[in-house]
Amino acid sequence: MKLLRHTGWMVVRQLRNLIREPIWVALMVIQPLIWLLLYGQLFSRVGALRGGAGSYVEFLAPGIICMNAFFGGSWSGMAMIMDLDRHVIDRFLAAPVSRFAIILSQVVRAGLIAVLQATLLLLIGLALGVRVHGGVLGWLVVFAASALLAMAFAGLSHGIALLVRKQASMIAAANFVGLPLMFLSAILIPPRQMPHWIEVLSRFNPVNWGVQAARNAVVVGGDWGPTGVFLLLLLAATAVTSLFATWCFRAYQRSI
Amino acid sequence: MDAIVVEELRKRYKDVQALDGVSFAVREGEVFGLLGPNGAGKSTAVRTLATLTQPDSGRALVAGEDVVRNANRVRSLIGYVSQDSGVDWEATGRENLLLQGRIQGLAGAPLRRRVDELLELVGLAEAADRIARGYSGGMKRRLDIAIGLVHRPRVLFLDEPTTGLDPEARAAMWVEVERLAAQESLTILLTTHYLEEADRLAERVAIVSHGKIVVEGTPEELKANLRGELVTVELVDLDGRLGEAVQIVAGLDGASEVAGDGRLVRARVPNGAQAIPTILSTLDGRGFDVASVTTARPSLDDVYLHYTGRDFATEDEAGKR
Repeated sequence: MKLLRHTGWMVVRQLRNLIREPIWVALMVIQPLIWLLLYGQLFSRVGALRGGAGSYVEFLAPGIICMNAFFGGSWSGMAMIMDLDRHVIDRFLAAPVSRFAIILSQVVRAGLIAVLQATLLLLIGLALGVRVHGGVLGWLVVFAASALLAMAFAGLSHGIALLVRKQASMIAAANFVGLPLMFLSAILIPPRQMPHWIEVLSRFNPVNWGVQAARNAVVVGGDWGPTGVFLLLLLAATAVTSLFATWCFRAYQRSI
Repeated sequence: MDAIVVEELRKRYKDVQALDGVSFAVREGEVFGLLGPNGAGKSTAVRTLATLTQPDSGRALVAGEDVVRNANRVRSLIGYVSQDSGVDWEATGRENLLLQGRIQGLAGAPLRRRVDELLELVGLAEAADRIARGYSGGMKRRLDIAIGLVHRPRVLFLDEPTTGLDPEARAAMWVEVERLAAQESLTILLTTHYLEEADRLAERVAIVSHGKIVVEGTPEELKANLRGELVTVELVDLDGRLGEAVQIVAGLDGASEVAGDGRLVRARVPNGAQAIPTILSTLDGRGFDVASVTTARPSLDDVYLHYTGRDFATEDEAGKR
């Protein structure tokens, strides 16, 4: 109960502070749209890339939603760096607040933003001719996949933030992890069109779990069994990375 | 009962022994000052007492609770105002206080009343609903103190409360701390590298140097142990003859604790006004060119020099690096 209360207060703080930075809110809306429109145009004439979808945009939309979610999660640790720099974290740590609640609130914040962005992207997608073949369940799966992807990577990102504690190192780490994972996934092209070794590697890529689940929901409108497994795997990843980040408070406290 | 008991605390960072066997006790209701230059280990001591970091060895009790074993109990009994402001810049002053109050277990109308009361107390009532990003350094610092007090702690830690403030804001902060100190139930441990701050605010002072407590007592006691006045002679065109100048002064009647430092020769004499003419004429007779002479009643500076053999300002500069 105390954990939930503390997490709730901290989430309110995160979202309130976020809304007070209109430039961030604008970027969070505009950036994913640029991905969708840009990539959607770039590859639209390559028929082999549709992976069974009605159009490349329909194939791409769930991929971009997931890319956006995991990028958002990967970069969310910047908020922790900011709080460390401003010594807000020190103040919390010297008060009887649950460490897990501090992490959980950041993770939940990343998940909420990912769902909002997914909603926006799907709505724009509908205007561009995307059909969600999985119906209501399909929508829910897309939301779950984007939320869990953002949350799993937010946990990792916050752990790294507590370990490196510097903005420059954080940026390097996020790029180091983010870009390879993006290209080792089916975000932009279907697995069938990948070189074999990338296709094999991509099965172990959490980003790809999310992409597969979201694509099953939008393009296939079925395969719910494997989809459920992907979501469970992401849930497990979220638990592991959140606990890792909580544990990283020890490393931080040893350093001060 | 003692509000804080510290026994033989040791803590090592990679290549620095930050705490090297620190022991002291603070009585309930007392304002206790840890005084020392930058890098002496004061902040490490406070962070350990505030449960932010753990000692390698030794023991500390705050309000009767062990800071390592009962860390969470300690956290609800203390207010911690760190050296660097812990204000959330994107929140208003009121929002900062409300969140901290909730974390400390307050809620509803009592919390709102307490927050109003504190905003009034630290003079932020009018700025309460403005975003803290726009606060001045002094306002952020006052908000920090209010945050530390929101749950009516038994012990308040003030780590360098006036560092970075302009003289006006510093004077205001001193008045603030004095007012808090007047509350009988509140024990305050403050660290500072301003000697005059410790002298003015603290009932008892412990001087910290290189992770150790060098001496402890009321500012008056510490100063009373130094008899006489400190004379500082500044020489020009020394040509490496500092040692000789020190010897000359040391040979004079009544001069003690003579030390050279750069172009300065310091000595303790029973009476400055009587000693200065002799010092001047003797140095002059041996071919020294004196730029200035000053005398001072003993200050905590002198106490520091007396007990550590080192100049406070020099140590302070060195500690910043």
